Amino acid sequence: MKVLQMNDELKIAGKNYQSRLLVGTGKYRDFAETRAAIDASGAQIVTVAIRRTNIGQHANEPSLLDFLPLEEFTYLPNTAGCYSAEEAVRTLRLARELLDGHKLVKLEVLGDPNTLYPNVIETIAAAKTLVQEGFDVMVYTSDDPIIAKQLEEIGCCAVMPLASLIRSGMGILNPWNLQIIIENAKIPVLVDAGVGCASDAAIAMELGCAGVLMNTAIASAKNPVLMASAMKKAIEAGRESFLAGRMPKKLYSASPSSPTTGMISGA
Amino acid sequence: MQITINGHLKSFECDKMTIAELVTYMNLTGKRIAIECNGEIIARSQYEFTQLSQHDALEIVGAVGGG
Repeated sequence: MKVLQMNDELKIAGKNYQSRLLVGTGKYRDFAETRAAIDASGAQIVTVAIRRTNIGQHANEPSLLDFLPLEEFTYLPNTAGCYSAEEAVRTLRLARELLDGHKLVKLEVLGDPNTLYPNVIETIAAAKTLVQEGFDVMVYTSDDPIIAKQLEEIGCCAVMPLASLIRSGMGILNPWNLQIIIENAKIPVLVDAGVGCASDAAIAMELGCAGVLMNTAIASAKNPVLMASAMKKAIEAGRESFLAGRMPKKLYSASPSSPTTGMISGA
Repeated sequence: MQITINGHLKSFECDKMTIAELVTYMNLTGKRIAIECNGEIIARSQYEFTQLSQHDALEIVGAVGGG
């Protein structure tokens, strides 16, 4: 009997991925640790930021690309740190040129430097422009079901609501909203931000998320490589649990699991 | 010629330079970068044909670790 469902792959913008865990590449001690953690996570899609090149001084300094070759991973350039649609679009146009016409991008437009809460108005404006320009947009947003639906209608290829605030590690604070977003969506819904530990990732997958994107939960763990491995298992366990379909919850049950007949006498 | 590169004003003794020449001069040959000149992205294939002018503002970017 086959236990695992065959071909249960994550499909984003026409491409299939075996891993439903997407990871960031920031905040590791060094590139070797970044690589080791990403290997342990099994992730195939990795997010990167677009930043000014260090001019002049360190021509032969190793770069992220040396440790995470483009041939091995799908790069997902992000717009981290952008506070307007204009900045975000400009960043991703540069990313497309940088990565030889690569179209898959992560759009995030922030609204507040303290909470890093997304600015959904700017996000929607940027998404419209990017979709028109042919980008495949995976979009970070709040857990508002109406906004999530609007981003889908604009033509985003995946919608990525927060579980809780970026870098908070607070886990899934509003599973009910996530459930509404998932039920209404025809595109993959991934939780992005707020996951703190492996059980959070499993819960996201049990809710029916297509995947989870995380960075800090792995990079800021005491042992990032071990946490990456835990996250891989949690994503797989949560997915299988979701597909298997949980038993109904009951306050109590009068029918035990063991037979009520054939008891030894006199016991 | 003075050019602003990534927010820093740089002076060059020449008065004519292509982007390709600048890339070589800055030891960025072979590096994966993208360049914007005065807000317009310059395709890599156009570096050798794009002349820089006095007061041009360049952004030279790459991919770095991020979440």
